[in-house]
Amino acid sequence: MQPMDFFAKPLKLTSDFTGNTMKALTITIASGKGGTGKTTFATNLASVIGKDRAVSLLDCDAEEPNCHLFLNPHIVSAEEVTIPIPEVLPEKCTACGICDEVCEYHAIIVIKDQVLVFPELCHSCGACLRFCPEGAIIERGKTIGRIERGNAAGIRFVHGFLNIGEIMTPAVIRRVQKEERDADIRIIDAPPGTSCPVIEAVKDADFVLLVTESTPFGLYDLKLAVDMVRQIGIPCAVAINRSTIGDDRVNAYCRQEDIPVLVEIPDDRKIAEAYSRGRLISEADREYENLFRNLWKSITGLVEKKRTDGSITENKRRS
Amino acid sequence: MKEIVIISGKGGTGKTSLIASFAALAKGKVLVDCDVDAADLHLVLDPSVEDEGDFSGGKKARVLDKACIACGECLTACRFDAVSVPEASSESGIPVINPIFCEGCGVCFRVCPAEAIAFEPAVNGRWFVSKTRCGPLVHARLGIAEGNSGKLVSLLREKARTMAEEKGLPLILIDGSPGIGCPVIASITGSHHVLVVTEPTLSGRHDLFRVLELASHFRIPVSLCINKWDINPDMTEKIEKEAGNRSIPLAGRIRYDSAVTKAQIEGTTVVEYTDAPISGEIRSLWEKTVQNMGQ
Repeated sequence: MQPMDFFAKPLKLTSDFTGNTMKALTITIASGKGGTGKTTFATNLASVIGKDRAVSLLDCDAEEPNCHLFLNPHIVSAEEVTIPIPEVLPEKCTACGICDEVCEYHAIIVIKDQVLVFPELCHSCGACLRFCPEGAIIERGKTIGRIERGNAAGIRFVHGFLNIGEIMTPAVIRRVQKEERDADIRIIDAPPGTSCPVIEAVKDADFVLLVTESTPFGLYDLKLAVDMVRQIGIPCAVAINRSTIGDDRVNAYCRQEDIPVLVEIPDDRKIAEAYSRGRLISEADREYENLFRNLWKSITGLVEKKRTDGSITENKRRS
Repeated sequence: MKEIVIISGKGGTGKTSLIASFAALAKGKVLVDCDVDAADLHLVLDPSVEDEGDFSGGKKARVLDKACIACGECLTACRFDAVSVPEASSESGIPVINPIFCEGCGVCFRVCPAEAIAFEPAVNGRWFVSKTRCGPLVHARLGIAEGNSGKLVSLLREKARTMAEEKGLPLILIDGSPGIGCPVIASITGSHHVLVVTEPTLSGRHDLFRVLELASHFRIPVSLCINKWDINPDMTEKIEKEAGNRSIPLAGRIRYDSAVTKAQIEGTTVVEYTDAPISGEIRSLWEKTVQNMGQ
């Protein structure tokens, strides 16, 4: 499938909320299936890169962030994540019903002369206040989560948490993504799946590493993830975790689709134990330190190659 | 009619493998795969589709090039960064709307002074009602990069309830998705019981407590299963103790066994694949879950 032409270098660079452009090389670690090892790859990669270079790790799995359990960052600042929600000024409102008409999410409804707002349904599109003829709607921030910034052994660290019961995960991820845009290297840990939260975590990446396992579930969900990154038009490669537990079908699929498999990690009790205790395998074991160093070399090699053959344009696509 | 949902917080703890085995054990039920953006249950149940249809969870906007006057109103009005002018159109200035980023709010359509934006229902996925050897399965495929997963989950649950009523089946078994967000909330609200499956790792524990909080937020009774408990027995005990302190009933422990992957490769469920001790553990987990639900 050809990448869509929306991602060909746009004329206009500043449609982002921030207006920032970005210089960082951004690598997102994603997977269709959950529990394949995204966090293991993100934290170990950041740790080995951090030994020689400045690196930032952004944990964008805002529903269940786990990178902090392995890096134990010293948190230096925190900020609430808010989304704008309409508030009706009763003294100006004439209950004309236009806000109700223009809201696609039924988040604001007018019954007789009463206007009711349902914040949990609101997507913060701004339609209601834009089209209110009386100027009777303003926006206030509703807290849906928080971000925290910190440092962990030379790694600059940011993660986002969605508050329990909230659903606007993409908004928290979008907020995390605004951080560390001036860094040299950004490693992003994405949520599982292929729907809207994942898109937010993947869309600014120069390169996506898809972590899978050699099982039928792993393969099926990998195919969905490959479709996703191809639709967005970002180059990707695959890492096979616990490669010895299943069969060879993941490798066969990658060969057929011409997707590089950069590393295969066997099912190793040492990794499972380190993981279960929140330790980094690349710190506990020299062999794995080398493995992650080599993986990083392979990634940068591929990114360099894709840059020269033109399939990665400057990462100013949508930022 | 009762609905049981399996969720986990953390991904990859074994939700789908366990519910597939439950499917083979339980009588008189409808199965629902609500993990709509990475649905895997059908891979071990070999479904034959009996009914299917498109799912539309919202609208999407599209620029009508011939009518567009390139005024740029839509570019500034969109809050989701979905409208841009591609290089190929830099001379005409006619924008395109990226369907992946379009949130379906309709603001561009409404601000356009030239009526040059179409705003129509989009197909976001497809639902299926299938026959399997373990009973009827309601499942879906969410389009790649689509939102509206919560609405699709609600649609699947609705179809399952209708079917259970029509066929007089007393139970609906729901496979949920990882996380605590939109599809998970849509899977558990209004259900009768949630079985949380975790693993004895620091991440599993961390995510478990977020998901327990979510279930308690929606006042849904919960029981707990620790899968692959023997990869870290100390952590298993710690989690069980913490759960006990919160009066969360334990439904069982399941050992680590490579038969889980082998069954998957054979396209079958663990309890159908082997008589090894793990199958006994899954059986008693299922009995205990039914008991916990009754209380």
